[in-house]
Amino acid sequence: MSGLVITNLEVNHGAIRAVRNLSFTVESGQLAAVIGANGAGKTTLLRALSGLKHVHAGNATWHETSIINKKPENLVRSGIVHVSDGKAVIPELSVKENLALSGIWRKDKKDVARATTEVLDLFPILAARLSQSADSLSGGERQMLAIGRALIARPSLLLLDEPSLGLAPLIIEQIFSAINSLRHTYDLTVLLVEQNATSALQIADIGIIINLGELVTVGPSHSLLNDPALRAAYLGY
Amino acid sequence: MERFINTILIGISGGSIYGLMALALVLVWRSTRVVNFAQAGQAILSTYIGYVVISHTNNYWLAFPVAVISGALIGALVDILLIRIMVKRAHQGPVAAIAPVIATLGLLGLIRAVVGLIWGGDLRQFKLPVTNHGFTFGHTTIPFAPINLLIVVITFLVMLIFALIFQRTNLGLALRASAYQPEIARLSGIRVDLTRTIGWAFAGSAGAIAGILVTPTNYLAPNSLDLLLVSGFVAAVIGGLESLVGAAVGGLILGIGLAFVLEYVSSSLAFPAAFMVLIAVLLVKPAGLIGSKRSRNA
Amino acid sequence: MLRKNGGRNQLRANLIFIAIGIVLFLVSNRVDELRVYQGATVAVYVVAISSIILLTGYSGQISLGHGALMAVGGYAAVLSRNDWHAPVWLSFVVAVLAAALFGAILGVAAGRLSGPYLAGTTLALAVGLPSLANQFSVLGGEQGLNYDVGQPPLSLGQDFTQYHWYFWIAGLAALVMTWLVHNVLGSRYGRNWRAARSNPTAAALAGIHIGRSKILAFTISAGIAGLAGALLAMTLSLVTPSAFPLALSFAIVTGAVLAGVTLLTGSIVGAVVLVAIPELTDALATHLGGSERVTANLPGLMMSALLIVSVLFFPNGPRLFRR
Ligand SMILES: Nc1ncnc2c1ncn2[C@@H]1O[C@H](COP(=O)(O)OP(=O)(O)OP(=O)(O)O)[C@@H](O)[C@H]1O
Ligand SMILES: [Mg+2]
Repeated sequence: MSGLVITNLEVNHGAIRAVRNLSFTVESGQLAAVIGANGAGKTTLLRALSGLKHVHAGNATWHETSIINKKPENLVRSGIVHVSDGKAVIPELSVKENLALSGIWRKDKKDVARATTEVLDLFPILAARLSQSADSLSGGERQMLAIGRALIARPSLLLLDEPSLGLAPLIIEQIFSAINSLRHTYDLTVLLVEQNATSALQIADIGIIINLGELVTVGPSHSLLNDPALRAAYLGY
Repeated sequence: MERFINTILIGISGGSIYGLMALALVLVWRSTRVVNFAQAGQAILSTYIGYVVISHTNNYWLAFPVAVISGALIGALVDILLIRIMVKRAHQGPVAAIAPVIATLGLLGLIRAVVGLIWGGDLRQFKLPVTNHGFTFGHTTIPFAPINLLIVVITFLVMLIFALIFQRTNLGLALRASAYQPEIARLSGIRVDLTRTIGWAFAGSAGAIAGILVTPTNYLAPNSLDLLLVSGFVAAVIGGLESLVGAAVGGLILGIGLAFVLEYVSSSLAFPAAFMVLIAVLLVKPAGLIGSKRSRNA
Repeated sequence: MLRKNGGRNQLRANLIFIAIGIVLFLVSNRVDELRVYQGATVAVYVVAISSIILLTGYSGQISLGHGALMAVGGYAAVLSRNDWHAPVWLSFVVAVLAAALFGAILGVAAGRLSGPYLAGTTLALAVGLPSLANQFSVLGGEQGLNYDVGQPPLSLGQDFTQYHWYFWIAGLAALVMTWLVHNVLGSRYGRNWRAARSNPTAAALAGIHIGRSKILAFTISAGIAGLAGALLAMTLSLVTPSAFPLALSFAIVTGAVLAGVTLLTGSIVGAVVLVAIPELTDALATHLGGSERVTANLPGLMMSALLIVSVLFFPNGPRLFRR
């Protein structure tokens, strides 16, 4: 089976079992929305997939290769790129330097330049601020910068942790439409963690709902959106 | 007036050395959040290695690169053999916060003992690369000598090279990113562990340069760089402990300040003066004179 | 529960201290001069280490400069005895007060610092302060000043030697000091320190004045170090700058880390190790052929290696001494 396959994944924070016996599959090229309340284990799941967190049991494979308990930098180099929550930029560096970070280890410098141009076309506001420090960006601009940096690594699997966190509705819409167009242009597989369930499910192919570290359900996103019981319990309306 | 200028010149020469040591401390602090007290030990070991080269070849300019490279290797080794283990073993309990500091202290003691075992404790004279006899203008000879000029020039070049590496190269970008936000650097594909080791190597070479530059004007003994460690720390604190430019400027401020105390007040007051400066900076302007935003209690 | 047992624990602790005192007294009469002298040194280290335990283990502050505070205490004791002809006990009190005063000033700075800044500042003190004595003639320069606590009273018998006398004084002082520290740590202050160390925010909300609490800890710790300095001066019969080298500051930190930093009884273990290491390495050096280089550096080598290993692998003390 190709794509991202997660089987019986267990991740603990000390005594806290943050992810328990979690299994699901995301086909290559799909956008999967991961939905769950605060503390459900969404961030922990992404951190496990990007190598930041030790996995205690179970497995996760990407195109048949196991990706658990590997070094994050090596996973990035093999195309699995995680944009962590809270606008993952380095405020002490300039916008340009933030973008350059994921290019410095890449061999194909021409493609790095191409990717950078593409990112600046996608988020023109960054182009105007290249030499400013990332500290001076607004929340939305930082999120664009973080996603832009991830793209320069030329990911095949993109892990996004709450890109809409703390942003105004208009900006959220902008970010979501960018994510939606990206994955078609680059044929990306995306795992999108969101509190903003409805917006996420609207652009997603499948939805994965987790609660207290365990899988509640996984299914096509339109059917999740139309399931009254799920809507009441997890989507909050 | 002449005395005033002479004092400034001597201060710049002394301050250069402090700045180099401060640079070494800042490089490590930024990447690892440890004040590396073993820096004095690493520098003295590198200087002794330079000394061995001199005693065989009688050539300072061969000893210099050997000491610098040794310093880099020692720095890298310290990171790989000690600091990596330290960072990986996330400690808990009362000693947790201070364990790294204590470990570098232990390392200082260890290196000093090893140096003492190999070379003994006696004071040794170190070959001067150029004369320490002051420049002469007409009939007056000033205290500032070719050796001081050499110290200033080399320090300036070293600082320039470091600045170029840090600001203009990919390695420098990786070093800065890994220092500020290691996790984000990792998630951008940067080998943070390797980068940190390179940072330690740079720091080791900066300390070694300080050691091999200052020793000819002084003497060589297992503990002859201890005071330099303290001055370097004070300079780094003046500069805010985070900033490379701050380290250089802090070194100059301290060097010139101490030169004035020595010249105009009393030669016995150098240490109390430096200590007072340290306390004053920490109390009045805790983020350093060229301060950064980060808190001192981090 | 803690409260109910408090009285009984207290009584037991007191009995233990008395028992240790009696045992030491009996042992000291049965061993040779060298051992008695080493016993006195152990007592000095016990005092010095307990000052670090109080500071680091309880208040969470680090000091690499307690050797300098010992120097302050040592010089204060000697000056008060030589210049004002103070009785020995009074010179000890002066040592404590002088070092505590010095520590209070330092503590004001220390209370606002942490981690690297405190470590660096106190290290600067350890490197620079003792050598300052070289430059003031009242302090006797390189030669230092003599310190004479007097002969043992004749009533103790003819063969009661000077070293026995030192041992008695140092041992008694160590016992009393340990008992005092034990009580301070068990008191409200000790609890405040621990609270402020493990969770400053919660402690501040509970009404503990963090800054003041840290300064108090630093002051008390400095006073104890001052006593250790006076006792050290007594066993050496003099104070010199070289009696308080950087290595002394490191040694007592090492002793405290070996002792596990939180347990007062560990201070005895740490102190014994500090005295035993030079003894062992001397034997080893002689065995190896005994060049001066080896004898001079082997203790430092062992001590540093021990410090690194223990801080890497047993950061909270060897499991043996843990409650
Ligand atoms: N570093 C940590 N140490 C201890 N427990 C943690 C840590 N990080 C997360 N947890 C716990 O693990 C569980 C899952 O947390 P996680 O951050 O993965 O949730 P989340 O779904 O991302 O929540 P949110 O929507 O608030 O971001 C929670 O109970 C949390 O308290
Ligand atoms: Mg989260």
